[in-house]
Amino acid sequence: MRVVLGEDLVLLRDGLIRLLRAYDFDVVEAVDTGPALLKALVDHRPDVAVVDVRLPPTFTDEGLRAAIDARKRVPGLPVLVLSQYVEQLYARELLSDRGGGVGYLLKDRVSDVRQFVDAIRRVAAGGTAMDPEVITQLLARSGRDRPLATLTPREREVLALMAEGRSNGAIAARLFITEKAVGKHTANIFGKLGLPLSEDDNRRVLAVLAYLDRL
Amino acid sequence: MTDHDLVRGAASRLRTAALALARVPLCVLGLPLIPLQLYAYPLILVTIGVPLLLLITALARRYLAVHRRWAGGVLGEEIAAPYRLPANRGPMTRVRTIATDPATWRDLAFLPLNAVVGVVCGVLPLALWLGGAFGVVTPVLWALGADSVEFSGIDVDTPGNFVVAPLLGLLYLLVAWWATPRIVRVHASFVRWLLAPSAHTALADRVRVLADSRADTVDAQAAELRRIERDLHDGAQARLVALGMSLGMAEELLARDPDAARDLLAEARQSSSQALSELRDLVRGIHPPVLADRGLEGALRALALAHPLPVEVDVVLAGRPEAPVESAAYFAVAEALTNVAKHSGATSAWVRVRHEDGRLGLMIGDNGHGGAEATEGGGLRGIERRLTAFDGTLGIASPLGGPTIVTVELPVSDLADSVGRLGRP
Repeated sequence: MRVVLGEDLVLLRDGLIRLLRAYDFDVVEAVDTGPALLKALVDHRPDVAVVDVRLPPTFTDEGLRAAIDARKRVPGLPVLVLSQYVEQLYARELLSDRGGGVGYLLKDRVSDVRQFVDAIRRVAAGGTAMDPEVITQLLARSGRDRPLATLTPREREVLALMAEGRSNGAIAARLFITEKAVGKHTANIFGKLGLPLSEDDNRRVLAVLAYLDRL
Repeated sequence: MTDHDLVRGAASRLRTAALALARVPLCVLGLPLIPLQLYAYPLILVTIGVPLLLLITALARRYLAVHRRWAGGVLGEEIAAPYRLPANRGPMTRVRTIATDPATWRDLAFLPLNAVVGVVCGVLPLALWLGGAFGVVTPVLWALGADSVEFSGIDVDTPGNFVVAPLLGLLYLLVAWWATPRIVRVHASFVRWLLAPSAHTALADRVRVLADSRADTVDAQAAELRRIERDLHDGAQARLVALGMSLGMAEELLARDPDAARDLLAEARQSSSQALSELRDLVRGIHPPVLADRGLEGALRALALAHPLPVEVDVVLAGRPEAPVESAAYFAVAEALTNVAKHSGATSAWVRVRHEDGRLGLMIGDNGHGGAEATEGGGLRGIERRLTAFDGTLGIASPLGGPTIVTVELPVSDLADSVGRLGRP
């Protein structure tokens, strides 16, 4: 699987390259500035891009902007954005083209290597990987909404994992329940929240996020 | 100028002249305050002078405030009171403050001078109008047979009197027309000259305000640094030590007991992510990253998204204020919104930001039950203190029953061109 990496800290870049190679990813180019990233993404059209939000020259959200621009030129280009902090605003912007194949994770998540690699694969496959922190914020914000209050604790857990972008199988494995049970919970959740049922993993996440955020 | 304008102009000037005359008794009324104030000083020796002096000074200052307000109205600018505030509240300190305040003695000098200036400026306009009118009508009086009537040395026997007297009267009226508003302004300027803070006092006041705000700022900075130091020491630093220990032990155990080593490594990972999350919170408290990335507008939108209530954000800015001001503005809104979530009982809130006339204006409103106050140690008082460093002001309008609107104003002359930082929708 071909990967383009955008990260300006040498230490972290080398670490990520080593980590990705260990899991049989092919790092075709590793760049350290926003403009170089945009060029690399458009030139190589990788299977997935792993991008730091903050890149030179401005050291603000240059990486995020490059990723969003690249997705405008190459629709559906899978991008996983890493950040020292997560901001709902940015998650929203990444999801705004509704194309799927996006991820937005805290840099800390890299330390759980298996889950991190899983997230990259999910994004590369056109799925979504939202950081649990974003989901927690969203859930906390909607705390006053009545339909959400009717969910059982287990349904809330399932909803949080679903919003992170996990499939029924992954949710089942995570919560130590059968996939059938997850299917039942999701049907209940969709019913209580008034969301249209959908088989597509990605659209499922978008529906959940749209509800939570009242887009 | 039409006849109608002429009549209206004359009427308004006559009214001004009449009002000026009405002020004459007010100006003279101040005279008894001079001996009253001076007599009080020797009486301080027999104690009775202290309350007497305080009472009379309060009376005199109230009387002079009327003049200040009137002159301010005429000149179209507010005239500030120049008095020193006593350092503490004891009656003797207040007497000392009053006695050593140059403004007190300027007030005393003002009273007699104002009586003279007030009488002249009060009588003169109406005298000119009446004199002019009299000059114009004297020929009629002569024609009716009033031989003894004289106008400015012109009597019925003077050659050409029937022509000269009305002409002279008209000249008087012209002068009255021109002079009436000017005489009133002269009086007002005189009042400002003696009653407004002198350049020296104004400067001294400014220095005191700046010294206070600097002390506040230094205190706040020191407290902030202490908090950061403590957070780092108790939080991230301790976790990193634990992390090092876990890693060291795992290294030891790797060959002997791989399972235990794996547990320790998992623990180490946990410590590292906790350290990171603590550092993240700390950074957010110092300078929110989204503020650096997106400026005030983006940061406020992010704030609104993370808020438990729906918050409507309306920001119109042509660029970015300087970083410290931007940060102060951000934290003011953040604190106000926190207050909304904690205390207001509101179901929605709004934030409005504008830059107009060299001022950055922020308004934060909610539909809660009101009753918000800037109490000592409270969040709003904290905002106020932070703002003084920037000459900013905080206003709270929060009647019981709501709604609450908090306004923040910061002087910001220029907004930096933000091309390359915000150059996108």
